[in-house]
Amino acid sequence: MSPPVTSAAVRELTYLNAIVEAQREEMLRDERVILIGENIDIYGGAPLFDTFDGKRLRNVPISENGFTGMGIGAALTGLRPIVDLTIASFVYLAADQIINQAAKLRYMTGGQLSVPIVFRACTYYNICNAAQHSDRPYPFFMNAPGLKIVAPATPADMKGLLKAAVRDDDPVLVFEDMSLWARKESVSTDPDFVVPIGKADIKRAGNDVTIVSIAGCLPKALAAADALQAQGISVEVIDLRTLVPLDTETLLKSLGKTGRAVIVDNSHRTGSVASEVSAVMSEEGFESLRAPIRRVTVPAVQIPYSAALEKPLYPSAERIVAAVKSIL
Amino acid sequence: MKPLRQGPPTKSARAAAGEVQRLTRELSLEAYRRMVRIRRFEEEAMRRAMAGEFSGMHSSSGHEAAIVGACLALRDDDYITGTHRSHGHPIGKGADLKPLMAELYGKATGICKGRGGSMHLADRTVGIIGESAIVGGGMPLATGAGLSIQVRGTDQVSLCFFGDGAANQGTFGESLNLSAIWKLPVIFFCENNLYAISTPVAQSHGQPHIALRASGYGMPGVIVDGQDLEEVYAATVVAVSRARKGEGPTLIEAKTYRFEEHCLNLQVPIPYRTPQELEHHKSERDPLVLHRREMLESGIADTQIDAIEREVAAEVAGAVTFARQSPWPDPHEVYDYLFSNPIHYPPEPAP
Amino acid sequence: MPLSQALKSEAYRRMLRIRRFEEEGTRLFKEGAIPGAYHASIGQEAAIVGACLALNDDDAMTGTHRSHGHPIGKGADLKPLMAELMGKATGICKGRGGSMHLADNSVGIVSESAIVGGGIPLATGVALSAKVRKTQQVCLCFFGDGAVNQGTFHESLNMGALWRLPVIYFCENNGYAITTSLAGSHGQPSIAARAEAYGMPGSVVDGQDVAAVYEVTREAVARARRGEGPTLIEAKTYRYDEHNVGLLIPGKPYRPPEEVEEYRTRRDPITLFRQRLVQEEFTDADLSAIEREVAGTVKDAIRFASESPLPEPESLFDYMYSHPIGTPGKR
Repeated sequence: MSPPVTSAAVRELTYLNAIVEAQREEMLRDERVILIGENIDIYGGAPLFDTFDGKRLRNVPISENGFTGMGIGAALTGLRPIVDLTIASFVYLAADQIINQAAKLRYMTGGQLSVPIVFRACTYYNICNAAQHSDRPYPFFMNAPGLKIVAPATPADMKGLLKAAVRDDDPVLVFEDMSLWARKESVSTDPDFVVPIGKADIKRAGNDVTIVSIAGCLPKALAAADALQAQGISVEVIDLRTLVPLDTETLLKSLGKTGRAVIVDNSHRTGSVASEVSAVMSEEGFESLRAPIRRVTVPAVQIPYSAALEKPLYPSAERIVAAVKSIL
Repeated sequence: MKPLRQGPPTKSARAAAGEVQRLTRELSLEAYRRMVRIRRFEEEAMRRAMAGEFSGMHSSSGHEAAIVGACLALRDDDYITGTHRSHGHPIGKGADLKPLMAELYGKATGICKGRGGSMHLADRTVGIIGESAIVGGGMPLATGAGLSIQVRGTDQVSLCFFGDGAANQGTFGESLNLSAIWKLPVIFFCENNLYAISTPVAQSHGQPHIALRASGYGMPGVIVDGQDLEEVYAATVVAVSRARKGEGPTLIEAKTYRFEEHCLNLQVPIPYRTPQELEHHKSERDPLVLHRREMLESGIADTQIDAIEREVAAEVAGAVTFARQSPWPDPHEVYDYLFSNPIHYPPEPAP
Repeated sequence: MPLSQALKSEAYRRMLRIRRFEEEGTRLFKEGAIPGAYHASIGQEAAIVGACLALNDDDAMTGTHRSHGHPIGKGADLKPLMAELMGKATGICKGRGGSMHLADNSVGIVSESAIVGGGIPLATGVALSAKVRKTQQVCLCFFGDGAVNQGTFHESLNMGALWRLPVIYFCENNGYAITTSLAGSHGQPSIAARAEAYGMPGSVVDGQDVAAVYEVTREAVARARRGEGPTLIEAKTYRYDEHNVGLLIPGKPYRPPEEVEEYRTRRDPITLFRQRLVQEEFTDADLSAIEREVAGTVKDAIRFASESPLPEPESLFDYMYSHPIGTPGKR
């Protein structure tokens, strides 16, 4: 159940094109918005070059920490940049500027500085790209106060959250998911359509168990819900959408209804998003619990190249169904 | 260990070579005022810190000419980024001393509301957009300020202060290259005080002249005597003019010297510099003494100069009084300035 | 010191091995037998082999995501490399690394990093280790024109020079980082000119001339072994295919088709070297023998790889640590 659209006009949009469209709309709306990234002329940003030129579309040399910091410096001085870090594994190179500068500057200067910046990175996984290209780094950044983090799973949420991120006056880290690129749905064409940061979304209502889904796990979670429905089990699927700040209200309300929760997350198990959500739900919703909370995550092992080893690692509908059954 | 000698050519020789831009009388006096402010502020802050009134600091004593010479070449609306050795930068750019001192004390009236402290005296009202304690952390930010200026189409410039140690950080290479490819209006200004804590340049740099690194990125590199205010000023004026005209960045290396240890109370078990070297710089290479001499030579009365000393002494005393009398920040406000908009945060009790 | 007669035929053999391996690998990738992403070294053979031949067997190397040519240039067996591309248990990395990481440690490779610039500090460290352990080893570090702007380049070259480490920084400058040319990403276009900043020598060499690359690298290796420190070598070379096989570049071409054609027809490193060998008393029969041999070697490698088993899922946690520990969260 997506938020009501502000205008009746919609069109079919893929997740990937939602990213491009969100950027185009925000760049048209506000001349302070610029895009910085490597090879933005070929990876997804190509259509933007029809409308804008090299002044606001900056193709940068390979120097992640440097150009991310450059984006932050521009944000401190009147612009609203979007920094595209391409593949999520490369975010680590920029972690110093993101965490030590962007996340801390407002606070450390007692509010003198504002950092209205968006960092985008796309997770690539399950495509035989091996360990150095396949990271899902959400947990590392969740622990740094001062960053907002979103992980949209549908085209409408992708567009709305990216637009919201650009309009937000704080640093926002946007994790895209390559496995969702081709997914298509009706998306509002209203240029002011935004999805609020900090609100989870109930994608499917139910009564017997809550499945909390993070990022690209959503299709698997919904498939699991279908399978369980056929067995008479009513599942509520919450798409978390924003990782920081966490929408505890929606999570606890659902837990209050169902009493059981399975959290599905494609980051590695140790210190995963699922770990934090599980801790918060059990700490603050303990009275509602009728069974332990289960996490369905990726095992704590480096991502291997060979599909024979890699494929089984990620959450599947089968694993989610099994987890639900184990707490009924 | 041989002491380092940095004997520059005589002033008249340099003037004859067109290397020195004589300052106007007003600017000369203002320069002295700001240099004295830095020196007295640092001396007083060290006394207060040693008395336990706040913890630690990284003194800029000895760096005054490098800092003020650069700052005076900038407009009020130009940007600066700096380092953990942060105090001199806002003072050099003309900031009020009271909020700076209050920040050292951690008071609510501090320039960063008590949240930054000594390493982060970033005064946005004088154009400072960060004083980064992560060595090298400010260089990309300064580059970004330059990008912002170019996109917004103003004629501002961005000056980046950093030390000899930062020149080896990856961000140095990345930032200089980025600013060069788009000819961003950035001045990279190295306060080379010859030591990173206790590591001399010879033990950390493949070759000792930081300015020589500029040509690899396609920008000019200039070495100046960092203890000579006019030489620093002249070189920075040239670099600022280049930047404002859209001709791109410059790397300036100011060879300067740090009179105190890296930070207060640092115990250095093995001496890394000789007492003779330190003594030589304090007695013959003190930028305040050298500039005072220049002013007297150019006809400024010593009574005027003494008046500045007295005024600054009163300012510094006033800043300390202001700081000591200011209130502490309220612990219940610890989450203020976390984000731009107050949001309900997880229910952790405030300390 | 120029290539000896024996080394000349070996140079030809190894360049051909890279070329045929990559051609066959590209075909197999397009047919779906090799998954993931394939970054071919076609066009860059002389730069790679010229450098590798200047090294001893026990010298080390680091490389990049464009990894295939490096082990082959250093003399590796093709079978485990092809098996790795197919994700088999007999692959050089037991199916865990894949195309971007063909690190064959038996020929001295300690890393093929897919993080651009990631191998440069590693190579510097290998050289540090050689110096501390007082061996005569050197380390050759392969990287591309794009990596030069990465912070790690700056940090590593400074330390290599500062401590006179026995490392050779070897840039395979193929003119483009995916589609970004040097003009758009380098403050000034000479990579070798950056050496001065660190106090080390820098030289430029024609990367399509294997003998020239060999000579320049030999000199750098000799310098390193004498304890005189590192050298930055910029080999001007060219990549025929796209950054990775099948990459679609929308919009107008980032490089002129005439430029690619020029390299393929008049600056092909293998053709050029073959012509030279024929002039230098190698018979057509000698060279054809090598060509047939290489074709056979590549064919054998493909057969070996195709017939090899996939890794067992139960072996998933093998090679995580030096010895097995209770691995949490196997679910």
